[in-house]
Amino acid sequence: MTASGIRVLIAKPGLDGHDRGAKVIARALRDAGMEVIYTGLRQTPEMISEAALQEDVDIVGLSILSGAHMALVPRIRQEMDANGLNEVSIIVGGIIPDDDIQSLQEMGVAAVFGPGTSTEEIVTRINELMGARQA
Amino acid sequence: MIELVDPLRSGDRRALARLLTAVENERSGIDVALAELYPHTGHGWVIGLTGAPGTGKSSLVTELAKAYRKQGETVAILAVDPTSPFTGGAILGDRIRMRDLSGDKGVFIRSMATRGSLGGLARATRDAIRVLDAAGFDRILVETVGAGQSEVDIVRAAYTTVVIEAPGLGDDVQAIKAGILEIADVLVVNKADRPGVDSAVKALRTMLELGHPASREQLVTHHGKLVQSESLQPQHSQDIWIPPVVRTVATEGQGIDELLAAIEDHRHFLAEADRMKRLEAQHIQMELVDRVRDALVKQLFAGLPTSALDDIVRQVQSRAIDPQTAVNHLLAFRPVDVAK
Repeated sequence: MTASGIRVLIAKPGLDGHDRGAKVIARALRDAGMEVIYTGLRQTPEMISEAALQEDVDIVGLSILSGAHMALVPRIRQEMDANGLNEVSIIVGGIIPDDDIQSLQEMGVAAVFGPGTSTEEIVTRINELMGARQA
Repeated sequence: MIELVDPLRSGDRRALARLLTAVENERSGIDVALAELYPHTGHGWVIGLTGAPGTGKSSLVTELAKAYRKQGETVAILAVDPTSPFTGGAILGDRIRMRDLSGDKGVFIRSMATRGSLGGLARATRDAIRVLDAAGFDRILVETVGAGQSEVDIVRAAYTTVVIEAPGLGDDVQAIKAGILEIADVLVVNKADRPGVDSAVKALRTMLELGHPASREQLVTHHGKLVQSESLQPQHSQDIWIPPVVRTVATEGQGIDELLAAIEDHRHFLAEADRMKRLEAQHIQMELVDRVRDALVKQLFAGLPTSALDDIVRQVQSRAIDPQTAVNHLLAFRPVDVAK
């Protein structure tokens, strides 16, 4: 499928108040033809899961700079599963230590993007994820 | 899609979300589902809210939704934002201002991109409103940027239309130019704590005194370009709804009660003397005309080989025939013509 019609929720869980990265990604995804629902700062796992449900998104992108990813991500995954959103992939961007990347992937995170990741890389990965789901 | 209808009716939010996606993507099977849902519509009060970017629409919608929740009513919000004409993508950011509403199961917020398909938006919006209506929401708030014909079209699916202005966005001529004042049932000057609010209110009042062109239903007819023999001059002055001007400061919750009251007044006005019945009949007529037009265009081009179209384009380009003659050819086109 083409990028058009892919819906992505971009959310910032937790307490850090820096959302430039999230906005840059939101814009890059829009420029790649996706529909990006941006929820803003300080979202709880419940809020993110509910927004993902209402907006019927294909992908949830989390931007986490606070270091709380190991606590937040599993709770968001749980909430989403409880809402029946098992098929919706989570991708994470932000400052994630290498050691945590594998643990996050084991929790069901489809991709982790650290600082310096090009926006093309993220777009490509999302398209791959969508392609895999179509098959 | 049809399997989602029963869960939707029993309050399954996931089914609701997926039906809305199916409406947006015109997925196969959605027509059957919509037909099944149609008898369950007509319950929710549809309120359209429009205004220039930066007038505070999302904040105002949030405050309205909170007020309706306080009254124990359920609220659905359809927030329509423009699709980029260059990439087909969109950033839908209305939820940022609607943070206060999250966690409340009596509220359902859906962001929708315009997707730029000609006429498709009005249709998708109408169908999305129906899905939300059939899901049983008491109030359906449709928010859109008032910047073009398609946005104005969306608003025409509403029963009560609220046009939002803010001080400092330009003089009263801007308001006239924008052409959205004519569709207003209620006018709001938001950000009323800012300088220039008095002159903004005065400008709107002056506009209204110059004569609100006609009552709402006649306007709808007029703009829909449906020729009716009805005189545009109202017979009695009490037949005319003069849009009230309400001052609000959405971020402080100021003026929300007044706005709520103005919307209720309009609702009561429509409830009298069969007005609502007539308005709805006109909505339906407009919608049918739209849908038939879409269907005919689709049907015509589906039966037309590209070679035939290319041929006609060439004839017009070489000045052999003029565009209107070309249209007549196209309308008269039958697949057998190619076989000859």
